[in-house]
Amino acid sequence: MIGRQKHCIALEDFSREEILQVLDLAVSMKEVLRRPIKKVPSLRGKSVVNLFFEASTRTRSSFEIAAKTLSADCLNWTSASSSVTKGETLIDTARNLEAMRPDVLVIRHSAGGAPRLVADHVGCAVVSAGDGAHEHPSQGLLDCFTVRERLGTLEGKTLAIVGDVSHSRVARSDLHAFPKLGARVRLCGPPTMMPSGVEKLGCTVHTDLRAAVEGADAVIMLRIQHERIGDPLIPNTREYSKLWGLNARKAADWLKPGALVLHPGPINRGVELSPEVADGPASVILDQVQNGVAVRMAILYLLAGGDAAEAKA
Amino acid sequence: MSDVTIIEGGRVIDPASGTDGVRAVVLKDGLVADVAERVERPSGARVVDARGRWVTPGFIDLHVHLREPGQEYKETVASGARAAVAGGFTAVVCMPNTKPVNDTLAVTELILARAAAAGLARVYPCGCISRGQAGEDLAEFGELRAGGCVAVSDDGKPVMSPALMRRALEYARAFSLPVAVHEEDLHLVGQGVMHEGAASTRLGLKGIPGQAEEVMVLRDIALAELTGGRLHLQHVSAAGSVRAVREAKRRGLQVTAEVTPHHLTLTDEDVAASGYSTGLKMSPPLRSAEDVRACVEGLADGTIDCIATDHAPHSSVEKDVEFDAALNGVTGLETAFPVCLALVRRGALGERRLVEALSAAPARAFSLPGGTLARGAPADVAILDPAAEWTFDAAATHSRSSNSPWKGRRLTGRCTHTFVGGRLVHQAGGEAR
Repeated sequence: MIGRQKHCIALEDFSREEILQVLDLAVSMKEVLRRPIKKVPSLRGKSVVNLFFEASTRTRSSFEIAAKTLSADCLNWTSASSSVTKGETLIDTARNLEAMRPDVLVIRHSAGGAPRLVADHVGCAVVSAGDGAHEHPSQGLLDCFTVRERLGTLEGKTLAIVGDVSHSRVARSDLHAFPKLGARVRLCGPPTMMPSGVEKLGCTVHTDLRAAVEGADAVIMLRIQHERIGDPLIPNTREYSKLWGLNARKAADWLKPGALVLHPGPINRGVELSPEVADGPASVILDQVQNGVAVRMAILYLLAGGDAAEAKA
Repeated sequence: MSDVTIIEGGRVIDPASGTDGVRAVVLKDGLVADVAERVERPSGARVVDARGRWVTPGFIDLHVHLREPGQEYKETVASGARAAVAGGFTAVVCMPNTKPVNDTLAVTELILARAAAAGLARVYPCGCISRGQAGEDLAEFGELRAGGCVAVSDDGKPVMSPALMRRALEYARAFSLPVAVHEEDLHLVGQGVMHEGAASTRLGLKGIPGQAEEVMVLRDIALAELTGGRLHLQHVSAAGSVRAVREAKRRGLQVTAEVTPHHLTLTDEDVAASGYSTGLKMSPPLRSAEDVRACVEGLADGTIDCIATDHAPHSSVEKDVEFDAALNGVTGLETAFPVCLALVRRGALGERRLVEALSAAPARAFSLPGGTLARGAPADVAILDPAAEWTFDAAATHSRSSNSPWKGRRLTGRCTHTFVGGRLVHQAGGEAR
């Protein structure tokens, strides 16, 4: 359990204390990853199933490494089909997997709400590895972890999220998590990429990149997916990059010293981020990847039946 | 000896004849024979005690899906008609999106034959606007009308071509057929699965703005003016649509509109609170609180003529899936009265207006018999207990499907008896004799 949460599906449902419980435990988990022997027996005899209905290499690998570092057995089940394509229904797939008695089911799906549907029909813990444009809670937690690690606290900090918020589950999880830890959030992007009523989630919405990033302590640049261009949300990547992409000149002129640049990956170099910024001193993109493993270890540990005190011992 | 039923002691609410008070209603030979404070009791007459209840014209639903032919696992004409009378509906208009669609006389005749065999609610088929509901060529309105269709519609599919819509409204004039339309601009709908707003943003589901409906409503009002055709707007859900209809009526155009019980009482925030419940997925989607207010006001002031359920049965195969993948629609025949009665209790709608919107108004919109208890009218009557509390138990539903937002919910208000043509076809808590 994470606080009162049996599952990790939506940070909207998480309290500040529940978020902090994961982040604090992830600090110890990160220490494990720095040891020469990167393995602890905490989840020996437990099993984690990765059930992925959408192609994903990095998130699935991150969960797999997290599970294996904790000595859990890990099975990857990848399915190109879903009930949308008239194969086995999602509930049937989940029940079949549950019959193999896993302790945690990690699910990624293109439909928002799919992990909730699975959780309603299985007895084990369910972790969302991203569902549609709903949430990507482990990414939201690792973003919080990364910024907190670098800045010491999120209290009073300002975060800017730039890009296609309408299609971004990462942005939604960040939007729910950061304010609970005391940070303010600014969203920025073309109006076609700002979802309806998003300001009701407690953020400010900007179209001007400079207004959004000036004075911000951290900037999360979202990936622009090429299929959005014909939607038509933007005319082309050239104009997007000019207006909403972050390059070395804009970063130097507008970002305050010490401001962090994050990206959930994979990067479109030259679109939302220029290579100089992606590889520059402000970038914490590779920290995010490493912290992702630590945060996922914490999530799996807590939901597979471990308790925080034992892990630290 | 003729078959006589006397319904005594109930409050007769018959907006069409202006009656509202305790009266006895005499049903004889399939017709309303008398409505009076005192009536004679001929020997052998069946006497129904309706004290404490409402006695109203049988309800008329201009919008149901009976799924036969083709999808009998969801509903049949007989099971749908059974659900109808359980909810106080004595007549229903069934949409043509069956498999095959009702664009030919053979399908119309099959539906009417099944309805006659069931002998429950009156079933009026609605034919297609376009052949195969393909949105390209007109269906044979003349033959469909002659066979018994009372309206034409491509329900479920908006008529995207303004040229086809224009011709449909014009051609239907030859047969006095209302052209009933599902108003959504599919380009604006896109891949949307719920109302666009803060709730869809939180859920990460693709949204459909109310304007997807409003732009089509505005287009078709303009075409109704051009053609002089009878336009009926199905399941109006957006505030902008209500404004457009109000203006069209002010200008004297032949436009009627319906609204569903769910669009009068539920919002997109209910979808969010339900945790992606597909029991709240339908087309058009549940909209904002502001849209709901506009629909209730529009119904109360007569801008929206009537309440129609859009009873849309689906099995668990279509509903126990991801929200994106679930089919649109909810059942509604058995819950419409109590759900709408809640609007009366909170003062948003008058009792007489509620009864009118379920009886006289839909009869007028589609020129159907009934909808009144005037002497000589068909003996189609509902007896309703406005205080009865009950649980809508999905297992006990008369429909073959239970995809209802009110599944398992406590409801207040229930139909206790339903008469069609003077025959008792439903009695709550027991099968009709």
